[in-house]
Amino acid sequence: MQTYLRLENVVKQFGQFTALQQISLSIKQGEFVCFLGPSGCGKTTLLRSIAGLEPVTSGCIFQAGVETTHLPPEKRDFGIVFQSYALFPNLSVRDNIAIGLQNKGFTNIECINLVDKWLEIVGLLSEANKYPNKLSGGQQQRVALARALALSPGLLLLDEPLSALDAKVRSHLREEICQLQRKLGITTVMVTHDQEEALAMADRIVVMNNGVIEQIGTPQEIYEKPASRFVADFVGTTNFISVSMINQHLMRIGEDLLTVPEQLQDLAISGCIVDLAIRPESLYFCEKGKETISVNIEFIEFQGAYCQVECKLWGDLSAHSIYVNVPIREARKLNLMVQQTRYLAMDITHINAYPSEKIMLKSVVAT
Amino acid sequence: MNITQINKLKNMLNKTVGSYFNKISHEQLILFISLAIVTFFLLLFVVGPLWEMLRSSVLNSDDDFVGLANFTEYFSSNAVWYSLKNTFTLGIVVMLVVGSLAFFYAYALTRSCMPAKGVFRVLGMAPILAPSLLPAISLIYLFGKQGVATEILLGNSIYGFIGITLGLIFWTFPHALMILSTSLRTSDARLYESAKALKISSFKTFFVITLPAAKYGLISTLIVIFTLVVCDFGVAKVIGGSYNVLATDIFKQVVGQQNFSMAAVTSLLLLLPALFAFIVDRWVQKKQQNLFDSRSVPYHPAPQPLRDGLCFVYCLLISTVILVVLGMAIYGSLVTFWPWNKALSFNNYNFAEISTYGWSPFWNSIQLASWTALLGTVLIFIGAYSIEKGRSFIRLRRFLQMLSVLPMAVPGMVLGLGYIFFFNDVNNPLNVLYGSMLLLVLNTIVHYYTVAHMTAVAALKQLPVELEASAASIKLPQYKLFWKVTLPVCLPAVFDIAAYLFINALTTTSAVVFLYSTDTIPASVSVLNMDDAGQTGSAAAMAVMIMLAAMLAKLMHLLLDKLFDNSTQAWRKR
Amino acid sequence: MKTRFMKTAIATVLTLCATSGYAVQQVTVYTAFETDVLAKYKNAFEQENPDIVIKWVRDSTGIMTAKLLAEKNNPRAEVVWGLAGSSMALLKNEGILKIYTPKNLAALDNSLNDPQSNQAWFGNDAFFNAICFNDIVAKQLNLPKPTSWNDLIKPIYKGHIAMPNPASSGTGYMQVSAWLQNMGEQQAWSYMQKLDNNIAHYTHSGSKPCVQAGMGEVAIGISTASRGAKLKTQGAPLTVIIPNGIGWESEAVGLVKESDAAKRVVDWSISKNANKLYIEMYPVVAHKEVTATTKNFPNIKSAMAKMDFARMGDERASVLKTWSQKFDSKSEPKS
Repeated sequence: MQTYLRLENVVKQFGQFTALQQISLSIKQGEFVCFLGPSGCGKTTLLRSIAGLEPVTSGCIFQAGVETTHLPPEKRDFGIVFQSYALFPNLSVRDNIAIGLQNKGFTNIECINLVDKWLEIVGLLSEANKYPNKLSGGQQQRVALARALALSPGLLLLDEPLSALDAKVRSHLREEICQLQRKLGITTVMVTHDQEEALAMADRIVVMNNGVIEQIGTPQEIYEKPASRFVADFVGTTNFISVSMINQHLMRIGEDLLTVPEQLQDLAISGCIVDLAIRPESLYFCEKGKETISVNIEFIEFQGAYCQVECKLWGDLSAHSIYVNVPIREARKLNLMVQQTRYLAMDITHINAYPSEKIMLKSVVAT
Repeated sequence: MNITQINKLKNMLNKTVGSYFNKISHEQLILFISLAIVTFFLLLFVVGPLWEMLRSSVLNSDDDFVGLANFTEYFSSNAVWYSLKNTFTLGIVVMLVVGSLAFFYAYALTRSCMPAKGVFRVLGMAPILAPSLLPAISLIYLFGKQGVATEILLGNSIYGFIGITLGLIFWTFPHALMILSTSLRTSDARLYESAKALKISSFKTFFVITLPAAKYGLISTLIVIFTLVVCDFGVAKVIGGSYNVLATDIFKQVVGQQNFSMAAVTSLLLLLPALFAFIVDRWVQKKQQNLFDSRSVPYHPAPQPLRDGLCFVYCLLISTVILVVLGMAIYGSLVTFWPWNKALSFNNYNFAEISTYGWSPFWNSIQLASWTALLGTVLIFIGAYSIEKGRSFIRLRRFLQMLSVLPMAVPGMVLGLGYIFFFNDVNNPLNVLYGSMLLLVLNTIVHYYTVAHMTAVAALKQLPVELEASAASIKLPQYKLFWKVTLPVCLPAVFDIAAYLFINALTTTSAVVFLYSTDTIPASVSVLNMDDAGQTGSAAAMAVMIMLAAMLAKLMHLLLDKLFDNSTQAWRKR
Repeated sequence: MKTRFMKTAIATVLTLCATSGYAVQQVTVYTAFETDVLAKYKNAFEQENPDIVIKWVRDSTGIMTAKLLAEKNNPRAEVVWGLAGSSMALLKNEGILKIYTPKNLAALDNSLNDPQSNQAWFGNDAFFNAICFNDIVAKQLNLPKPTSWNDLIKPIYKGHIAMPNPASSGTGYMQVSAWLQNMGEQQAWSYMQKLDNNIAHYTHSGSKPCVQAGMGEVAIGISTASRGAKLKTQGAPLTVIIPNGIGWESEAVGLVKESDAAKRVVDWSISKNANKLYIEMYPVVAHKEVTATTKNFPNIKSAMAKMDFARMGDERASVLKTWSQKFDSKSEPKS
């Protein structure tokens, strides 16, 4: 697949504040990319720069092989959907979609046919003559989507399109957008702060923080091999367990000595302290053994399909809590109780390590 | 250099020129032009005159720099302290009286189920249609030595504190009513439901819910009233007697003694309380915004005979007083020669006989008001739109936003004086405007700029923030968006602004009193002049004519609103 | 068809050119004359000078003077005609008036002219103050008719007198100055102190006290005589009293821009014909050969105070300061 959108060293400054630092990124034709990050990380600014709504301070943007860096938005080729719907309040649903078509010089009949086609696609044909404020949030967002797509743009930009909707409507519309995107094969960039949404929808995720890209990868890569402590922490839940390296093969967690997993042996410098990053589902309770950690159970939370067990390292009450997800069937067998001392084993292939938060080391990152 | 090289160079040139051309889009060009116009307007007609006034306060009559000497001299006179004390006493008394009178009136209008609410609303707002001189003249007919109800004052003279207070209470009442009604109307019903559930008495509910919720509206009202009172000069001049206030002091300095430096010093003094009030008001406005959110449920009062009865009686009382004052002015304008020949006639309306100006001041005022409404609305709305919805030039837009709220803090007299200093300068190429109708129009627009601007901004803020971006994405030019969406949606606000400018241009005296010429004398100034010349009946007649014109304008406004309601506002209906 | 149209068009253009070729000159004249006489003076002048059109700019003395001063660096007026002598002296000091000797100056009574040797302004008429006395109100209140200044400080008039605030009004200052110059400084101040006890209120305009007396708002107004006379003819129950030592000033003409047309306006304004018009309105005019036909104010000339206009102008600021200090800061207005 060929590259459709390319960003080269894009920088955006608001006065003294740098919102985007040297962003470089390529997006392939037909790809669905999510910009994910906490609020203020620069993801919306990046989307608006792509749209030309926010002029960049330096760097280049190429779309479909043409440089668009300094083009005003109306000279670029994209459709956009905002969190606030941004429909024209005094125009009917039909006119909201038709106004762009009329302006483009379509004849009345073509307009009617196109509008009908799009309304049918988003399932709002029966609401065509209503004003936007008579529709529900989800319906309004569908109108916005139809309006954005009606001119058949090469690029679809979605700025937190689902954030204002309630849970049910949100998951429903999420699927619809995905289906439509796949059907049309339109290159799509969506901004979201909801990691679940990003994991479910995107072909690739761009995780951003403080104006820089932390990691680019498929949802699976992002989840399983977070490139940084930030990504590990932001996407899903991660336990950070402090370990001290005794030598290349041995490390200490709390009172227990464990074998250093193979992928971490490179950074096992004697005496250094690192944080192991382990997902709650990669930890499991077992009998006391050679490769186990002793923990004290503090709290058990019933979550339906599984139990979330909050533990503390045995003998180290100052350490962070460790969360373990125990599938409900297993939990029944284990008969876990608060205040018990139990033993945890790790799925060693799914362990990452990052420099300790407490002691700043050189940027040693293992993957 | 061979041909390929030349072509290469040509290409390069084309590329750079082309990219520059592309950089500035049509939208940006239009935005830049409209922002530039607004900037020039505000710099020339607000900042320039104010600067000139500041400058002349530190110069002597020969234009030499004297530092703060004028100020020291000014404060050495004990007459100043007398004026200062009077101004503040008056401001505080009127503020408190109008604040409470208007609060209960607004309460009755919004929180009761009394009958005839519509009539009371119209009557409560009626004084805004009259120039401030009208109540002053009316009060002389009512309570002057030869008045019809002089006994009520128990031997006190209407000339002085009592007269100014009554006149200003009447004149500022609708301003207070307007703000308070809005602030009481946006009350959250859920609070009242909780109060009911907690079995709190309705009397106590008033103090724990109604009053705190209207707190900011009330503060804002008090400040607006204070500013209006401190800056008004018409009422004080006609009925003030020897009760000197700062506004009449400026008049005294300019007209009585031709001492411009001192007038500038007094102006600065007048600017201070107004500026202070303005800053507090801004602060209050910011606080108020968070009080009522989209989840709030509007309050609808339920009938409650005792409360509704009391409200009705109260409103009846107040509106009777308003009607009496207005009626007295109309009656006075029809009395042939007050108080010696009380036969009714239209003699006083025969302006052609009474002064050489004849009816021309009235038509001048209509012309002034029409141009102000037309030019002002276009300028202010486009200005507000560019500031609010523009994408580029962020610093300029922020600067303009600040400039746009400045005129509110400048009293009319001060503005007028600044205009003389600034526009009658040989070195100012704009001095051709001096004495022209256009300058009167521009001055009036500036005088009322802020309120109109804020109305426009409030209306624009109702539109989704990303509308312009959405339009750009579907390649809809911004001007088309403006015509098809922004303007229709904001049309009621546009009419509001036009009506506001029109009515105020008809009634204003303070700023224009220094700026008119023989050809452009407005009706409100001719009221002042005729009253001076002893043609009190004709002065009343002209004031009544102004009021009628303002009423007509208001009716037109309502009519236009109705006319365009279906085509532009249908989407609002639920 | 086409040619006829062309011919009409050409004819129109030619006519337009011809009219503008005749170009009547316009002269801008600033004045404080009462509005009702302006048309009369303009017509009379333009009848004798068909090539000149007068454009009046009229306002009260105070505003007119303020306007002229404000426009000092960029004068709009070409001629000032009918403005108080004290204002003219001020304008001359500021260099606004041009030194010019109009035709037939000798025919004027020099006491109304610029007292300085390099004369720049010339009297048209004298306007003076009066005591406006409301007969009906007086009868109701049992007030005797005052005949002299000293009558006015009698306690019986307490709260029944209005006079212009000299700080706001030239008329007011004119009377204060007349008292100061004729009674002697110390006595005048003590007189004003006593008078202040009787004053109901000071007004911001010079004619207002008479107006208020006319309306019965006060019994007595110290104010411009012409306003009193006018109100009387309109039917107000007024007696206009001229006590000895009444304040007066000349209304005068002066040149601001030196053009032929402007000079002709100044010349005409002191002519006999002009003075004949003034005498219809004012009992005292500048031209020696024109005297009053109606005897509204029979002994006016002897009642007029001795006025030193130079002194009046010089001490203005200090007098007003003292006055304001004494009377402008009363804690409470008297009822």
